[in-house]
Amino acid sequence: MSTKAKARPATAPVVFTANRLRDGRVVWFGAEGTWRDRIDGTTPFAPAAAEEGLALAQQGERDQQVVGVYAVEVDPAGPTPLKFRERLRVQGPSVAAEAA
Amino acid sequence: MPLLEDGRLRPDDWTHVEDEAPLPEGPAIVSLARLRAEAASLAGRNAPLGVALPPETQPEEIAPFLDRLALIAVKMPKSKDGRAFTQIRALREHHGFAGEIRAAGHILPDQYAMLLRCGVTTVEVPEGTKPETWARSRDTIRIAYQAAQGADRPLSLLRRKLELA
Amino acid sequence: MNALTPPQYARTYRYDEIDREFLQERIAEFRGQVERRLAGELTEDEFKPLRLMNGLYLQLHAYMLRVAIPYGLLNSAQLRQLGKIARRWDRGFGHFTTRQNIQFNWTKLEDVPAMLEALAEVDMHAIQTSGNCIRNTTTDEYAGASPDEVVDPRVYAEILRQWSTLHPEFTWLPRKFKIAITGAPHDRVAAQVHDVGVLAKRNERGEVGFEVHAGGGLGRTPIIARKLRDWVPEAEFLAYMEAVLRVYNALGQRDNIYKARIKILVRDLGDEFTQMVEREYERMPRDKYRLDPEIVAAIAAHFAPPPFAALDDQPLPEDPEFRQWAEASVRAHKKPGYASVTISLKPIGGIPGDASAEQMEAVADLAERHSFGEIRVTHVQNLVLPHVRQEDLHALWQGLRAAGLATPNIGLISDIIACPGMDYCALATARSIPIAQRISERFASLDRQHDIGECFINISGCINACGHHHVAHIGILGVDKRGEEVYQITLGGSATNDAAIGELIGPAFSYDAVVDAVETLITTYIAHRAAGERFIDTYRRIGVMPFKDALYAPA
Repeated sequence: MSTKAKARPATAPVVFTANRLRDGRVVWFGAEGTWRDRIDGTTPFAPAAAEEGLALAQQGERDQQVVGVYAVEVDPAGPTPLKFRERLRVQGPSVAAEAA
Repeated sequence: MPLLEDGRLRPDDWTHVEDEAPLPEGPAIVSLARLRAEAASLAGRNAPLGVALPPETQPEEIAPFLDRLALIAVKMPKSKDGRAFTQIRALREHHGFAGEIRAAGHILPDQYAMLLRCGVTTVEVPEGTKPETWARSRDTIRIAYQAAQGADRPLSLLRRKLELA
Repeated sequence: MNALTPPQYARTYRYDEIDREFLQERIAEFRGQVERRLAGELTEDEFKPLRLMNGLYLQLHAYMLRVAIPYGLLNSAQLRQLGKIARRWDRGFGHFTTRQNIQFNWTKLEDVPAMLEALAEVDMHAIQTSGNCIRNTTTDEYAGASPDEVVDPRVYAEILRQWSTLHPEFTWLPRKFKIAITGAPHDRVAAQVHDVGVLAKRNERGEVGFEVHAGGGLGRTPIIARKLRDWVPEAEFLAYMEAVLRVYNALGQRDNIYKARIKILVRDLGDEFTQMVEREYERMPRDKYRLDPEIVAAIAAHFAPPPFAALDDQPLPEDPEFRQWAEASVRAHKKPGYASVTISLKPIGGIPGDASAEQMEAVADLAERHSFGEIRVTHVQNLVLPHVRQEDLHALWQGLRAAGLATPNIGLISDIIACPGMDYCALATARSIPIAQRISERFASLDRQHDIGECFINISGCINACGHHHVAHIGILGVDKRGEEVYQITLGGSATNDAAIGELIGPAFSYDAVVDAVETLITTYIAHRAAGERFIDTYRRIGVMPFKDALYAPA
């Protein structure tokens, strides 16, 4: 489950993402130390602090709060994920019919 | 490790014996390698003998020893690894093994009814396990749609009422 | 009539009190599993296989619940209830899949037991729609209606459904296990690319038996199945299936998820696999597994023909727009005066396989009015009304048009199979749906589509190939190349009797360039085609080079 979290060391600032256990919604975790519905305004961990951040985020798995924690490299402005996949995770599907 | 039978914990008379260790007086479970290497001397013991059947071993390979065995322990390295189900069913169905079949390893209460339907007798469960979770899991679904080894009563079509409790 | 009561003549397997009791027990079991998970008694690693076995995935944005539509058969009450579920617990849509199931993309874990209760009201469930177990058996969407049918596959698909439900030995297999069965000489189920493909047939005495293939599949290692046996007598059908599954469960790879499907075992063992199945089959206590003819007859009764009227074939009305739709959507029926109608879930620019709650209700109403209340889901993500009077076709077309369901593109270039891709799926490496939408928009002219003729485009958003790209005339596979979505194209695949895996044509195309590439392939085909040739025929005649030259020629 946490295999993604064991990926190569971060080279950019990171925030963590997961799905909330009860309803599956995407949530975000930054240096504030709480899981939030939106990535906007979360404070990224510096690359050197990524491992420490992961340990904090994974506590949410042990508390039956979230599922599938993994690190997302971000541009601190926003912050905005560097990879397209996680930008989709922020924005929701790019196709119109089921937009929220 | 606690032992579950009929949905309840019961004392375990058996000892798992390491390959190099001397055999105890009472019932002993040995490895397949030791069973093969020491078949003659093991047969001479006065206490019941069991073997640990590795998941990758086909039951045919222990067929020559079956009449001397009182217990076969199958292993699920992970709960997702279901080879033991086929081993258990084959031991009962093809080899007519009537002794105790014990399942060990990482097993979920949710797998208990299916293990019983394949022919298992006992399950080694983790310390602190709640036997009532296992009993409830076994008793939740009482209708099945196919022939198996555990007790059941035909209803109609392919369906049968399970009598696992 | 209660809205939950299916119409009298809709031929789906009708649950009795035993089946309903079982379903309630299964819901109770899952409800208990959810409670244990929320209470922390089960870890996610332990819960995951349990939720998957009940169709619940965790996707990119949310949980997704996949509901079983056994062998693609629905009655109108069931379809209406799916619409209700879409409205109440999703965002008003459902997504029909290539395995003839339906998915809801915005499910909440804590709502799932209530959703299962709503499904059970119409004898439906999500059992074994995922997980390493025997999945929903797929079959011919024209079963019971097609003129070329020799054996009704629904009877044996239902027997397989029951037999495989919570099978005590085969619920923790090395990997998922998919069976397809057909009863017609023309294979419409892609039998040869399934873990087990079954061809039901009859001998000279009229008895039913089965030709069994195993070890086919798509995914990252596409393989055409190996024939195990030419004839398994009906009474031994389940015994033989048990034998195949026993060998697989004992010997299939467990340490590498990418080599765990039965196709790898069959490929590696070759004829030895067949011999092992035969040895197991020979020595098993066959009486115990014998399929009693009375059971077959009792299940077959559920699929007895509806009361067809004695009619004559009718000429179609002279309405050009209707004619264009009919040419694409209407198929011959075994009964004179009747026809089978395919309903396109591929509107130009739409999401392949999506239907809104309102559309599900509209189709349910039309099925009740025109098709004995029966609906089928196809593996190309469309719907079928199997038994429509020819004299009703024009009225049906008008009803479909009012619901936005009359796109006349069945079998044409915009009738695209697409997996959910990266827009929804956690495994995907690229988007699929927007590619399908843009191709569909590029070829929006229906006159042009009809001129191009039959052409199958399938799109997968990762190497797992849920979009069946390997067996498309034009297959598109989206992959990730250093953070960018790029698309590989394969040509010449086929999923029917002449099953073939498509050939990779060359370097991948960018998200922006892939639609132009498809257009280049089509103009190349048009330039080379002989009279009456489909895309695939021209490709087979002239080979890959002209297409390659056109795609990769220096500008």
